[in-house]
Amino acid sequence: MSANVNTSLPLEYQTEQSRMNILGFWIFLGAEIVLFATLFSVYGVLYKNYAGGPTHQDIFMMKEVMIQTVLLLTSSFTMGVAIWEMRRNNKKGLIGWFILTLLLGAGFLFMEINEFIHYIHEGATMQTSAFLSSLFVLLGTHGAHVTFGIFWATMVIIQIAKRGLTPVTARKTFIIGLYWHFLDVVWIFIFTFVYLKGMVL
Amino acid sequence: MEVTIVGIKWDEILITGDPIILGSQIAILLTSLGIIGGLTYLKKWKWLWREWITTVDHKRIGIMYIVAAVLMFFRGGMDGLMMKAQTARPEMSILDSQHYNEVFTAHGVIMILFMAMPFLIGLMNVVIPLQIGARDVAFPQLNALSFWLFFSGAMLFNIAFVVGGAPDAGWTSYFPLAGKEFSPGIGNNYYAISLQIAGLGTLMTGINFIVTILKMRTKGMTLMRMPMFTWTTLITSVIIVAAFPIFTVALALMTFDRLYGTHFFTVAAGGSDMLWANLFWLWGHPEVYIVILPAFGMFSEIISTFSRKQLYGYKSMVVSIVAIAVLSMLVWVHHFYTMGSGALVNSFFSITTMMIAVPTGVKMFNWLFTMRKGRIKMTTAMLWSLAFVPNFVIGGVTGVMLAMGAADYQYHNTLFLVAHFHYVLIPGVVFAVFAGLYYWWPKMFGFMLNEKLGKWHFWLFVIGFNVTFMPMFFLGLNGAVRRAYTYSAESGFAPLFMLSAVGSVILAAGFAVFCYNIYWSIRYADRNISSDPWDARTLEWATSSPVQHYNFAKLPEVKSLDAFWYMKKNNEGITLKDEEIEEIHMPSNSGLPFLMCVAFGIVGFFLIFEWHLLAAVSTVLIIAGLIYRSFDYNDGYHIHKDEIRKTESTWKKMEGKVNNHVS
Ligand code: HEM
Ligand SMILES: [Cu+2]
Repeated sequence: MSANVNTSLPLEYQTEQSRMNILGFWIFLGAEIVLFATLFSVYGVLYKNYAGGPTHQDIFMMKEVMIQTVLLLTSSFTMGVAIWEMRRNNKKGLIGWFILTLLLGAGFLFMEINEFIHYIHEGATMQTSAFLSSLFVLLGTHGAHVTFGIFWATMVIIQIAKRGLTPVTARKTFIIGLYWHFLDVVWIFIFTFVYLKGMVL
Repeated sequence: MEVTIVGIKWDEILITGDPIILGSQIAILLTSLGIIGGLTYLKKWKWLWREWITTVDHKRIGIMYIVAAVLMFFRGGMDGLMMKAQTARPEMSILDSQHYNEVFTAHGVIMILFMAMPFLIGLMNVVIPLQIGARDVAFPQLNALSFWLFFSGAMLFNIAFVVGGAPDAGWTSYFPLAGKEFSPGIGNNYYAISLQIAGLGTLMTGINFIVTILKMRTKGMTLMRMPMFTWTTLITSVIIVAAFPIFTVALALMTFDRLYGTHFFTVAAGGSDMLWANLFWLWGHPEVYIVILPAFGMFSEIISTFSRKQLYGYKSMVVSIVAIAVLSMLVWVHHFYTMGSGALVNSFFSITTMMIAVPTGVKMFNWLFTMRKGRIKMTTAMLWSLAFVPNFVIGGVTGVMLAMGAADYQYHNTLFLVAHFHYVLIPGVVFAVFAGLYYWWPKMFGFMLNEKLGKWHFWLFVIGFNVTFMPMFFLGLNGAVRRAYTYSAESGFAPLFMLSAVGSVILAAGFAVFCYNIYWSIRYADRNISSDPWDARTLEWATSSPVQHYNFAKLPEVKSLDAFWYMKKNNEGITLKDEEIEEIHMPSNSGLPFLMCVAFGIVGFFLIFEWHLLAAVSTVLIIAGLIYRSFDYNDGYHIHKDEIRKTESTWKKMEGKVNNHVS
C-alpha cells in the first residue's frame, strides 16, 4: 500500500497513502462544513429568542472581538508561511512559524475564554435563553476545535523535531494546515453573522 | 447526605420489580458467564484477541459487523414480538403503557441503527474492496475504529433497560417529551449518548469508503465500470457524510438540553421543539436512503448474476441513485405535515417526495428488464430478490399515498404509516441482507448456507411478514393509532390485530430456521466447493473462498463491466504466472480501536448517568488513545513470495475437483 511513490510531487503528496489521507481529510472537512452549517442554522432560528435575558448589544464587546479576529486571521497567515517553509524543506523555519501560529491561536483562545467569563458575569449563561444557548454552543464548538488543533499540532511539532521532514510528518503538517485555515473560515462567518449582524440589528 | 456528583440514587441503578426485566437480567448474566466460561475452557481468549478483536482486515471487520447485526436483529425482533403479543387481544396486560413505550423505542432504534446499518456496512466491508480489486480499504485501522465505536454505542444502548432505565420517547425522541421536563430519568440520555458514539463510527465509515472507492479501484476500472453495489456504496457514503453531522449536532444539543440545562428544544426560555423535529428528519430521511441504497445495489448484483445477464440500464441506474440521493435531502418535512407549516410548504414537500418515486420506478423496471429473457436460477438469494419487487412496490405505493400532505392528515401517526415503513424496510433492507448473506456467505466462509433450509426460511419469513403487516394498513385506515399499547374491544380492531400477531409468529419461525441454517451449515455443509459457486460476474469471485488475507495475489485488470464474467469468457487474466508474484504490503493489527471502544463506553456511561466529574476525568482515556495513535509509526509488514505462492497454489489446485451445488 505504501507503493506508488512519486517523488516529483511535494513531499506530503508523494506516497499513495498520503494522497488518500489528504483526500480523506478534505471529505472530513466537508462533514465539518455540514456540522457548522447546522449550528449556524440553529443559531439563525433562535438568535432573537432572548426570553427576557440579555440581547446582543447588552453583552458583545466589539473591541475584544476585533482583536480575536486579528489574532486568528494572522495565525492563518503564519500557518501558510509555515507550509511554505516546509515546501522549501526548511525544518527550522517550519517549526518556528508553526509555533508562532499556535501562540496566536492560544491568544485567541485566551481572549475567547475571557469573553465567556465576562458574559457569565453579566448574567448571560448558556441556560438563560435560547439565544444564549445557541451562541455559546456555536462559539464553544469553534473554540473547542481551536483547542483540539493546538494540542494536535503540538504533537506533530514534536514529531517533526524528532524525525525531521519525512513524507509522513509533511503530510501531517499539511493536514493540520488545512484544518487551521478551515477554522479561520468558520470564524469569518461567526464574525459576520454573529457579531456584526448582532451589533447592527 | 446525597453525593452530589451522582445524579441517580445507587439503588436505582439496576432496574428491579418487573418479571420480564428480571428474566432478561438473569439471561444476560448467564449468557455472559457462558461466553466467558466457554472461551476460557476452550482456551480461545488469545485467538479472539489476535484474530478478531485487533484485526484491521476488512473481511473480518465485515463479519463482526454482521454477527453483531444478527444479534441485534434478534433483540429488536423480540421487542417486535412482545408488542405483537401485547396487542394481540384488546386490553391485554403483558406490557403496561410505560413498558410498551420503552419497547417500541428500543425496537425502532435497534432495528434501524444497530441492525440495518451495521448489517449493510458489514456486507459493504466484506465485498467492496474485493469488488474493486483492492487489498483493503483506504484506512484499515480507522475502519476497525468505526466498528468498535458502533459496537460501543450499541452495547451502551442495549444495557439501558436493565441498568438505569430505558429511553421511552420513540426512536424519533421528539421534544418536549424527550426533554428533562417530561422525561426526568436518565433513560433518554442513553439515546443521546449511545447514538452519538455509534454515529461517529458511521461517519468515519462514510469517509473511508468514499476514499477507498475513488482511489483504490484496480487498473481499468473506470467509474462507469464499477459494479452496482460499489456505486450504491459510494453514493451512500456521500449521503452519510452529508447527513450524519446534522445528527451529531442534534444529539449534542439534546445532550446539552438534558444534561446542562440549555434551551434549544424546550418551550421555556425561547427554545423550539419543532427545531428538533426538523434536525432529526434532516438526518432521518437521508438515513432511510442510507439503508436502502446499498440494498438496491445488492439486489442488482444478485438479479444480474442469477438472470445470467448484464444489468439492464446500467447508466440509468447510476443516474437514478444520484437523483435519489439529491432528492433524499429535500423531503424531510413529509414527516410532520401536521405541524402546520402551511399549504405552500406542504405542497413543496409533497411534490419532492412524490418525485422520488420516479427514479425508484426506473430502477424497478431495470430489474424487471434484467430478468426478462434471462435464464433465471431460483436460488435462495434470487428468491429474496424476486420477492423484494412486489413487496417493495406495496411499500412504495403507500409511500406516495402518504406523500400527499393533505391526505396525510388522515394517515399520520396511524398503523397505516407503521405498515408502510415496514413494507419498505423489510422487503428493502431485510430481504436484501438475507439475499446478500446467502449470496456472499461462501465468499466469507468457503461453504454455502443450506439452500433447502434457505427456502423454508424464505417462505416462512415472506408469508409471515405479509400476514403481520398487511392487516396493519387496514387497522390504520380504520383509525388505530401507532405507539398505543392497547385498544378497547368495542373498537372492532381485535380480529386484524390477532391476525397480525399470528403473522409475527410465522415470521419469527422463519428467523428461527435462518438461525438453524447457520448452525447446520457450519456443522455439515460441504467444504469442497468452487471459489465461484454461483458462476458470478464481479471481481470478488475471482479469488479464493474464504478470501486469503491479502485478497489478490496479483491485482486484476478490468476491461469491461462485469469484469470477472469477461475474464472467464475470454480466459484472460485468471491464471497467475510465477514471475508475477510480488511481495505484498499489509497493515498490522492494532488493539487501539478496541481500547477506544472501551474508553468511549466508559465516558459515555458516566455521561449517561450524569456523573460529570467522572466523565471529565475518564475523557483522559480517549485523549491518551489519540496521542498514542499520533505517535504510532507502525507501517505494516510484507508478505513473502513463498507464502503467497503456497496459498495461491493450494486454492487453485482445489478448483479442479469441487462439488457443484447449484444447478
Ligand atoms: C421482524 C419483525 C418486526 C416486527 C414484528 C415489528 C413490529 C413493530 C411494531 C409492532 C411496532 C410498533 C407499532 C406501534 O407503534 O405500536 C414497530 C415499530 C417500528 N419498527 Fe418494527 N417490526 C419488525 C421489524 C422491523 C425492522 C426490520 C425495522 C427496521 C429496519 C423496524 C423498524 C421500526 C421502527 C423505526 C418503528 C417505530 C418505532 C417508534 O414508533 O418509535 N421494524 N415495529
Ligand atoms: Cu422521510
